[in-house]
Amino acid sequence: MNIINFTPISALTGGLIIGFSVFLFFILNGRMAGISGIASNFLISKNKRVDNLLFLVGLIFGPLIYSYFTSQKIEISITNSLFFLIGGGLLVGLGTRISEGCTSGHGISGIGRFSLRSIIATITFMIVGILTVLINNIL
Amino acid sequence: MSRLVSLFCGIIFGIGLVISQMINPAKVLGFLNLFGEWDPSLAFVMIGALIISSPLFHLLKNKEKPIFSSSFSISNKKEIDKKLIFGSILFGAGWGLVGLCPGPAITSIALLNVSSAIFVVSMFIGFYIASKTS
Repeated sequence: MNIINFTPISALTGGLIIGFSVFLFFILNGRMAGISGIASNFLISKNKRVDNLLFLVGLIFGPLIYSYFTSQKIEISITNSLFFLIGGGLLVGLGTRISEGCTSGHGISGIGRFSLRSIIATITFMIVGILTVLINNIL
Repeated sequence: MSRLVSLFCGIIFGIGLVISQMINPAKVLGFLNLFGEWDPSLAFVMIGALIISSPLFHLLKNKEKPIFSSSFSISNKKEIDKKLIFGSILFGAGWGLVGLCPGPAITSIALLNVSSAIFVVSMFIGFYIASKTS
């Protein structure tokens, strides 16, 4: 194992900001900021649909506001394989609903309140994610 | 008021994903590439988020109600069942294929990237299928 591209300061800073959002959403609205839950509830449930939509709109505004104030262009690198994008998207959508949480819901909100379910879920999806990348690198 | 809070929290969350670079799938795949060239950044994002949220959740444990809502809505499920493990396996596989999870995927729509859009549409189809089969 070699460590490369490690950006501890920006990672920690971004994490603190995400934690602050999770805390505000909890103390003000009484809800856990799990994005898969917010997004899928927006799709399938009438309950709090506008709240859920506005959270998602806020997520999309985040980079726009950041770019506006810092004049920095945000660059990402993502696969253009349709097979990976469609397969990956379906798996993420199905998996996060079946296990009722994703990186935010289980990984941050759930672990933050010491939920054993969330700890087990997070360990499981991390191990499988690591194995998927490993297999993908070998093939 | 709860709507304004939702919008505001979404914006802050999105900015956090940009600053931490978790919006970039290459960064996430770098973290999952534990047996190759490893980028530990994602672990620091989680630590940062937990440093803030965990002690505050703990302090608020006995609070009766949130400020703009009549009650807290928190999952009280405790069981470690097959669904939890099976769903986490599917999610981990999809996450490892592309390097996007739901938050960064939706946030990256702002960049008008075609690949992100295809992923997000597929993810919502996944949400829909899961809601019809459970």
